[in-house]
Amino acid sequence: MHHVVLERWSRGTSLLHRRDARVKILSLLIFLIAVATTHRDFELPGLLYFAVLVGGMIAARLPVIGMLRRAAIVLPFSLTLAAITWISGEPRRAAMVVEKSFLSASAALLLVATTPLPQLLRGLEMLGTPRFLLMVAQFVYRYLFVIAEQAHRMRLAALCRGGRFRPKGGFRSAAGTLGVLFARSYERADRIHRSMISRGFEGHFNLLSRPSLVWADAGFLFLTAALVAVIRV
Amino acid sequence: MSPVIIARNLHYKYEDGTVALAGVDFDLFPGETVAVFGGNGSGKTTFVLHLNGLLDGQGTIEVCGLPVKSETLKQVRQKIGIVFQDPDDQLFMPSVLEDVAFGPLNLGTPPDQAVERARIALDQVGMLEHQHKAPYHLSAGEKKRVAIAGVLAMDPEVLVLDEPTTFLDPPGQRSLTVLLRGLPQSKLIVTHDVEFARSLSKRAVFFEKGRIAGDGPTDRIIEQFRWIGL
Repeated sequence: MHHVVLERWSRGTSLLHRRDARVKILSLLIFLIAVATTHRDFELPGLLYFAVLVGGMIAARLPVIGMLRRAAIVLPFSLTLAAITWISGEPRRAAMVVEKSFLSASAALLLVATTPLPQLLRGLEMLGTPRFLLMVAQFVYRYLFVIAEQAHRMRLAALCRGGRFRPKGGFRSAAGTLGVLFARSYERADRIHRSMISRGFEGHFNLLSRPSLVWADAGFLFLTAALVAVIRV
Repeated sequence: MSPVIIARNLHYKYEDGTVALAGVDFDLFPGETVAVFGGNGSGKTTFVLHLNGLLDGQGTIEVCGLPVKSETLKQVRQKIGIVFQDPDDQLFMPSVLEDVAFGPLNLGTPPDQAVERARIALDQVGMLEHQHKAPYHLSAGEKKRVAIAGVLAMDPEVLVLDEPTTFLDPPGQRSLTVLLRGLPQSKLIVTHDVEFARSLSKRAVFFEKGRIAGDGPTDRIIEQFRWIGL
C-alpha cells in the first residue's frame, strides 16, 4: 500500500527529516502560494520550482523517480480539467494547469515523505488546525490497515464460495461489501470508544510533548521563502 | 480482607429486550485470579462492561471500596483496568509510547511523568524496545502486550482481561501466561481456553443465561459443566 512506503520514507534521518513539522508545513504553504500565483511565462519558473523539489528529494535521500511516480496520481484529475481548458481555446493555460497541479502534488508528497504522521499532525495542531479534523485524520490513517485487511478477508471468503469480481455485476457485489464494511467499521468504532473511555478519556486529547524550534528550522524556512521568492519574481 | 470487586443482584436488559444479566452476585478478593467461563451470549462480557460503568444496569457494584456511579467513574476507571479482546480496538495512537501514555495523561499526570509511567509499563511487559513503533507494525502477541501495558500504566488494582488468548499462537499464549503470572494485581479473566485458565486461576465462575451458575475451584467447574472440547 502507498502509505506503508510513505511511512517508511518519513522515518528517515536526513536534514530535511529533522526539521520541525511546523516549518515544513509553512514552507509548503509558501511554495504552493508561489506556484499558484505565478501566471505569465511559467516555463522557466516551472522548471526552477521543479528543480527545487527534486533538490529537496535528493537532500532527503528519497527515490526521485518513485516520488514523481506517486505524485503523478494527481494527473488524471488535472488532465481532465486541462482538456476542458484546451477545448475552450487556451492551450497554454491547459499546460499550466497540469504543471502546477503536478508541482503542488510533488511538494505535498515531499512534506509527507519527510515528516512522520504523528509529527505532521502535531505540527498542524500547533499551527491552529481544528483538533477534531486532526483526530479524524489520525483515526483514518490508523484504521485504514485494519479495514483494508477486513476487506481482503471478505474478498477471499467470497472467492472461496465461488464469488467472482467481474465488471458485470461488480457494482452490486462492491456495494454489498461496502455496506458490510461500513457496519463492521461502525461496530469497531463503538468498541474503540469503549476502550478509550475505559482509560479515562473525557473527550480531550492531551499532548505528550511540545517540540521546540531551533535556529536550523528558522534558517530552513528563510531559505525556502527566499528561493521561492526569487523564482517567483 | 474485603473484596476488591463486589457485585450484588446485577440485572441488565438490552434495548431489544434481551436479558443479558439476571441477578449476578460476585466477589473478587485481593490478589486473587478468577477465570470466567460461559457460552457465547451468557452475559460474561456484559458483566465485565458493568465493572467500570460502561454499562449501567440495576443492582450495585463496588470496586476497591468505591461504588460504581457517575460521580466515581474517573477513580473507578483508574482502579480497574480492562484489556479488550481485540488489541486493535485499544491501540489507536500513532506510536506505542503515546498509546501507553494515553491513560496516565487522561488521569491528569504531567506529560514527563506519563512518559515515565508508560516506559515502566512497557518494560514490565517486555515491549520497551518497541516504544517508538507504530502499533500496526506489531504482531498480535506484541499488540496484546502493549494493550496490557496501556492498562498497567494507569496503576490499577484489578485487571480484567476479555478473551486474552484470542489471535495468539501457542508461544504467544505461553508468554502471556508467564506475563500475567508475574503481575501482582487481582485478575478476572474471561476465557474459553480451559488450559490457559487452569494455568492461571484456582477459582472459576460459570455464566449461564445471565447468572453465575457455578463458582468454585477451576477443575471442579470445568468438570461440573463439562467445559472441555473434543
